[in-house]
Amino acid sequence: MKLTKTKAYKTFMAPIKDANPISVAVLGICSALAVTTQVMPAIVMVLAMTFVLTFSNVSISLLRKIIPKNIRIIVELVVIASLVILADQFLKAFLFDVSKQLSVFVGLIITNCIIMGRAEAFALANGPWLSMWDGIGNGLGYGYILIVVAIFREFLGAGSLLGFKLIPQSFYDMGYQDMGIMLLAPGVFIVIGLLVWLENILKSKKA
Amino acid sequence: MNPLRALFDKLEKPFHKGAPLEKYYPLFEAMESFLFSTRLVTKSKVHVRDNLGTKRFMSMVLFALTPCALFGIYNTGYQSHLASGLSLDLVSVVLTGAQIVLPIVIVSYAVGLFWEFLFCVIRGHEVNEGFLVTGLLYPLILPPTIPLWQVAVGITFGVIVGKEVFGGTGRNFLNPALTARAFLFFTYPASISGEVWTAIITSKDKIVDGFSGATALAIAAATEAPNNAQLAMESAGYNLNDLFIGFVPGSIGETSAALAIVGGLFLIITGVGSWRTMLGGFLGAVSMSLLFNYFATSSTLPFFQLDLLWQLSMGGFAFGIVFMATDPVSSPALESSRFIYGFLIGMLGMIIRVINPAYPEGWMLAILLMNVFAPLIDYVVLQKRKKKRIRNVI
Repeated sequence: MKLTKTKAYKTFMAPIKDANPISVAVLGICSALAVTTQVMPAIVMVLAMTFVLTFSNVSISLLRKIIPKNIRIIVELVVIASLVILADQFLKAFLFDVSKQLSVFVGLIITNCIIMGRAEAFALANGPWLSMWDGIGNGLGYGYILIVVAIFREFLGAGSLLGFKLIPQSFYDMGYQDMGIMLLAPGVFIVIGLLVWLENILKSKKA
Repeated sequence: MNPLRALFDKLEKPFHKGAPLEKYYPLFEAMESFLFSTRLVTKSKVHVRDNLGTKRFMSMVLFALTPCALFGIYNTGYQSHLASGLSLDLVSVVLTGAQIVLPIVIVSYAVGLFWEFLFCVIRGHEVNEGFLVTGLLYPLILPPTIPLWQVAVGITFGVIVGKEVFGGTGRNFLNPALTARAFLFFTYPASISGEVWTAIITSKDKIVDGFSGATALAIAAATEAPNNAQLAMESAGYNLNDLFIGFVPGSIGETSAALAIVGGLFLIITGVGSWRTMLGGFLGAVSMSLLFNYFATSSTLPFFQLDLLWQLSMGGFAFGIVFMATDPVSSPALESSRFIYGFLIGMLGMIIRVINPAYPEGWMLAILLMNVFAPLIDYVVLQKRKKKRIRNVI
């Protein structure tokens, strides 16, 4: 069977292409606001998020037949919270600077609507193999938007990318100024809004 | 036949359907209907014969704005010469003012119209002339020292995000000119707050003694508790007369309350601007100002005690209420809700101006905020009206 025809591939691509958690479902905006002023924290956040999402999806999918219906949200939360603590401790141990920048937002992955949403909507109804691909797909779908937004914000707001100054001093001397709004929360709404607009145009062209 | 008409008839052909320039028909149509009248003819009953299309409607606002714009040119030059210690004779002052203001206006129109035409050509609809007003309103609320490239960035944002994203003129829920200014205000705070209100044209060391660059509002907001805000302004050289007529530094076209009132009367008489919004705004500002006076004690901000007349003559109050709040698209649709809308703008603007020291003037934010609430006000008023109806009469 061709790779693109498999169910796993379709599950993986759906959140990246058509059902993007940020630009289509508009979930997880809170963390997108907080961690995208620079590219580096955004990348780390995406990795942490993808890790938690994938493993929570797999574990909940494995447990789906034993979890009693009435208390399923509590069980899901326990699984997610343990994974988040794992990710948080890992960052604190090996990437302390970034971890300080991300501050509470790693911990707040617990409350990220995407994770609960996928657990409820997908993992409880599908096997672990598909759930894993769904988790990775959603993590990356969330991730690429986050990184694009972070690139815009860091470049326009601070004139740099990944900490390297890209706009030379001579530009500033001639009167160029960084866009202060990009470092504030409204900047994210503007960038995400424009991205959604672009995506909708591309989609309507294809259809 | 009119030679201009003949010219347009001759030029028309390549813009027809199937002809090579079909794509640019909106451009042609815009020019034509601007000079003559619209080609749109109602296809069934009722036939209204009237030349007051959106274009004429918007041109009226332009007429009303002209005194403010001309005075803005004069005052920009005047303030600049005053601070630089140059001669104050009329011709040289106007020349300097024109040198500062006209490039800003030209950039605003050129960049804005470029986006407007681009969207019209891509979307295939006719150019709507709301931009004629936006393009002039926007420069008039900018400081004279603003760099031209920032003018271009601001108007780009205002036209695209403030208007075109939502479908163009008539569908924008925010005032595009104010959206553009708000964007600049938060994006490049250094060029639109602080001491940017006077364009100094000589070298810095030639500035006359005693020139501080602070506007009356900034002085009033910075006055500390035991002092009196009015005395502080007077000792800085401001008086009520100048504030009312407009011989003070500020955004290019908004310093003169007197000329804004003239423009407002013109808009009310021609029926273009809503008198309800203006009256509501006036009453809102008056009542809030009196309320502040009433609650003023020795421990509150000195701005609280400021006299009503000073409050009304200062800053962009008159200009904002007359030209910004009355924008027919972004204000509520119902006549009675316009009154509430105006009143809330008046109160809110005064609150932001007096209480929040981070924003020396409140009208931009107050009007934008109430723009967002306009549909809600309409909804509430409509529901109230519906309740008055007698139910299910058989």
